[in-house]
Amino acid sequence: MAAIGDEDSITGLLLAGIGHIDSHQRKNFLVVDAKTPLSTVEEAFQGFTKRKDIAIILINQHIAEEIRPLIEEHDQAFPTILEIPSKDHPYDPEKDSVLKRVRRLFGE
Amino acid sequence: MSGANNRLAVFPTRMTLSVMKQKLKGAQTGHSLLKRKSEALTKRFRDIVKKIDDAKRLMGKVMQVASFSLAEVTYITGDIGYQVQESVKNAQFRVRAKQENVSGVMLPVFESYQEGANANELTGLGRGGQQVQKCKDTYIKAVETLVELASLQTAFVILDEVIKLTNRRVNAIEHIIIPRYENTITHIISELDEQDREEFFRLKKVQGKKKQAAARDTLEREARQAEEAAQRSAGSGDAALTGKGSGHSADASGHSVAASGHSADASGHSVAGSDHTATASLSEPGDLLGGDDEDVIF
Repeated sequence: MAAIGDEDSITGLLLAGIGHIDSHQRKNFLVVDAKTPLSTVEEAFQGFTKRKDIAIILINQHIAEEIRPLIEEHDQAFPTILEIPSKDHPYDPEKDSVLKRVRRLFGE
Repeated sequence: MSGANNRLAVFPTRMTLSVMKQKLKGAQTGHSLLKRKSEALTKRFRDIVKKIDDAKRLMGKVMQVASFSLAEVTYITGDIGYQVQESVKNAQFRVRAKQENVSGVMLPVFESYQEGANANELTGLGRGGQQVQKCKDTYIKAVETLVELASLQTAFVILDEVIKLTNRRVNAIEHIIIPRYENTITHIISELDEQDREEFFRLKKVQGKKKQAAARDTLEREARQAEEAAQRSAGSGDAALTGKGSGHSADASGHSVAASGHSADASGHSVAGSDHTATASLSEPGDLLGGDDEDVIF
């Protein structure tokens, strides 16, 4: 599992025990705050999608919104990208890329 | 593409016809099987979509509760973010993927499990340890929900792909392959009928020709026999004049006259016959053979 999110979300997830640092000192999580440049997020996301030991990428929805093109581009089943709500940004099902596909399939 | 002239380039023979019929049967069986597969997958797909929708909403709530419990921790303990981030070593909460078989499609199912030591054992040692523990439990539950949702989502993506593929195959078989085989079969059948008719007509034609030839032959033969008879009557007078051999020759010529119907017999006799009759019978074998030939054909 990997996670990209704001500090609170990441802290919670790490508390649950998903945090991992492998032998190359690569972290499987990225804390994004207002100062984090978009390129860092994109790089981290692409790095996570390429890693073999990651099956699920958790990403805060407001961050997902910023790298939406990258998420739309990712069409493989592995790893699964899961958009999660964050503390400051309530969950909006309308923006989720998977739910969008669901809607499109049912012609709504 | 699916025009009336769409067919396979095959040679119209009976064997190809039976092969084509078998192929058509195979295509129809495959079509019905694929259709059933597609239906089963679609049913499963709809289930999953419904589950995803529910799970997404549930996730929203669960994450809200988890965030709230983290806020409680922050209120009591102060910011533990750095402490938690720095103490990360190995993942305690991990997922493994299992395979689930839905009508021949392998769907991964994620399964979460705990492994190794708790990296945040000492977090909140000073105060709020209980809160930290509660928060941890809440988050573990939340992540479990997330893992479930992730496996549903993966299944969704894969099933979507497979259903598209299957439907494409079903449509291809239904609209292209089966009509093509049917066209080929009708083409072969019409071609075979055409061949039959041609053959029949040819036989008729040959028979007509043979009949004409036979009639002409019999006419010729009769004419020749009449001629021969006339010659013989003249020859016998000759033989009577030559003397002793005449008895032989008369005998032989008598045979050859009798044998004109039975050609093989006649030719054998005429060869065995004396030198005198040879002149008379030499003209015969060619015609007789010709007649014989025709008899063999008919």
